[in-house]
Amino acid sequence: MSAKFDQNDDSVVVIVGSGAGGGTLGNELAQKGVKVVILEAGPRTEYTDFVNDEWESFGQLAWKDMRTTSGDWRVHKDFPNLPAWIVKSVGGSTTHWAGASLRFQEHEFKTATTYGRVNGANLLDWPITLAEMKPYYARAEDKMGVTRTNDLPGLPGNNNFKVLKAGADKIGYKDCNTGHMAINSIERDDRNSCHQTGFCFQGCKWGAKWSTLYTEIPKGEKTGNLEVRPDSHVAHIEHDASGKVTGVVYFDKAGKIQRQKARIVAVAGNSIESPRLLLNSASSKFPDGLANSSGQVGRNYMRHLTASVYAVFDKPVHMYRGTTMAGNIGDEARHDGNRGFVGGYYFQTLSLGLPFMAAFLDPGAWGREFTTALDSYVNMAGLWVVGEDMPQETNRITLSDAKDQWGLPVANVNCDDHPNDLAMRNHAYKQGAALYDAVGATRVFPTPPYPSTHNLGTNRMSENPRDGVVNKYGQTHDIKNLFVSDGSQFTTGGAENPTLTIVSLAIRQAEFIADQMKGNTI
Amino acid sequence: MKLKVGEDRGPVSRRGFLQRSALGVAAIAVTPAGALLNASEAWGLEVKGLKPETMKTLILVARDIYPHDKVPDRFYAVAMKTYDEKAASDPAAKAATEAFVAALDGTAGPGGYAGLGWEAQRVAVLREMSHDPMFQTIRGGLVVSLYNNHDLWPIFGYEGESYSKGGYLHRGFDDIDWL
Repeated sequence: MSAKFDQNDDSVVVIVGSGAGGGTLGNELAQKGVKVVILEAGPRTEYTDFVNDEWESFGQLAWKDMRTTSGDWRVHKDFPNLPAWIVKSVGGSTTHWAGASLRFQEHEFKTATTYGRVNGANLLDWPITLAEMKPYYARAEDKMGVTRTNDLPGLPGNNNFKVLKAGADKIGYKDCNTGHMAINSIERDDRNSCHQTGFCFQGCKWGAKWSTLYTEIPKGEKTGNLEVRPDSHVAHIEHDASGKVTGVVYFDKAGKIQRQKARIVAVAGNSIESPRLLLNSASSKFPDGLANSSGQVGRNYMRHLTASVYAVFDKPVHMYRGTTMAGNIGDEARHDGNRGFVGGYYFQTLSLGLPFMAAFLDPGAWGREFTTALDSYVNMAGLWVVGEDMPQETNRITLSDAKDQWGLPVANVNCDDHPNDLAMRNHAYKQGAALYDAVGATRVFPTPPYPSTHNLGTNRMSENPRDGVVNKYGQTHDIKNLFVSDGSQFTTGGAENPTLTIVSLAIRQAEFIADQMKGNTI
Repeated sequence: MKLKVGEDRGPVSRRGFLQRSALGVAAIAVTPAGALLNASEAWGLEVKGLKPETMKTLILVARDIYPHDKVPDRFYAVAMKTYDEKAASDPAAKAATEAFVAALDGTAGPGGYAGLGWEAQRVAVLREMSHDPMFQTIRGGLVVSLYNNHDLWPIFGYEGESYSKGGYLHRGFDDIDWL
């Protein structure tokens, strides 16, 4: 029943990637009668085939293609070829995300104006405002079934949340609840409600957590206007003499080169692959890569601070029981220079199973100091810090000398912490420790950043073409029929988990693209 | 291969007694046929590629890197089996593993690594070797080969797979009672 378009059909919109951006854009366009081909590098694994096993799931879903790293970030030392934990599968990172769905705050769309000059930070105001985003946020929240919106009840609090809440109450935090989650608290949209299974990061086997895999994509396919081709790894984007893109070249499952012509190409491969694709598409007309007249393609890589605090108590918590991200504290999300840094952060509960705790609690550590922590696994509670890290031009994706399985240069992710990032992270470690101490923690572990699950900013939006790669609709400044549809559009990161904003931007972008197509402007 | 009572004729010294009374590898004996046997835990391990004493030392090294007093030896043995398997099929791997253990033994002094009675002494030797690539390979491999052993998880209270049991909605997801 789903569509199948000819590879020479140059009237289709080709979308690279099937996640929050690509999957949503694909469905929204299909609903409007636009013909769409989504090319997804990964396989199509349906949610019934997800596994409740951390390492096995990682093998099933994670992006493991070669990447290299550099810079002073700890990830380079501990995981030199794994800068990010994201997904290579239909649904993209919406298969493994935790579901946290918060709107940006108003000032986070204008950080240059609000924070002023921060040395070494490439701050810039977004070319859109919260007011313009509001209707799209509302539609995204409805689409995704976000709890605490549209009269949907919040999820119940698990043990890990209860510890967080008790600590929050003790140290005077007022804004602590079980979060705005794109996880069904009631049966909705033909999907189950949450069964507190505890393997959100391994894909929701109930379909209760929103993922494009079993929402946007099948809905789009049902219109007859959307074709999803898995195991299709886009290698580069082609253009004609005038600079208009004409299609993409990709490797199919058998490793054969295929070409799909296109009227429009939208890149949504997440913030490492998207700039890599634009850079790998360099030509004699565009020697620095596509859409890169600003030089900003790949630059301003952000990963949302990221840090964790795990605490040991002398009684059991069983934090792994229930949703992986079961609560949210918003008291530190404000911008308040009195704390010694600009921007803010949230605390969100986090849990890892024993295998991943052994791998990520303190990478490289060994001996009794480490093992006594694991001995107390069942008495552990945990939280994760998501905060606004500073865009720096030198934090960037470039092409590595290393090659992937197709012989294409892979991405190198260079990342150094900015002093503001360090100040924020240290503040968060202190506050997190204080929270757990207040409810009787016997040991507290500040855990260093994991491979990034939030990757942003590398094809950023800007008002002026010299400052960024795309305009307020994610349309590249340089090439009218080339778009960016994932989190690499983000001008700045805000403190909030990015998926809701990515989905909202995709809904808005679909309107723009459909309008432009109708008016024959592109 | 049954071990006859009294066959293990290790030194009856204070050090030997301490070794034997410590949880762990002291309880592993090398049989005349060159296999490893842990009589108290009732398991044996055929050693195919490495010298039996080398394998015995590797099991001790594994425990010293990630010591858990409540974890029986057999989990460390299973975690390190791969080094014997690789040695059996790859001469270069065999040489590298034997060389690493020989270096540990050399640093440890007479009696070798396994002859050091205190964990602290052995850890000191490991710390000296901690920049050796082989140490990092062993350590990094153990993170998965030890902690991803599903049979290990109940010892730590981790309950593992959950979907087939209906999740934790009715199995204590919010049962904390001491806050």
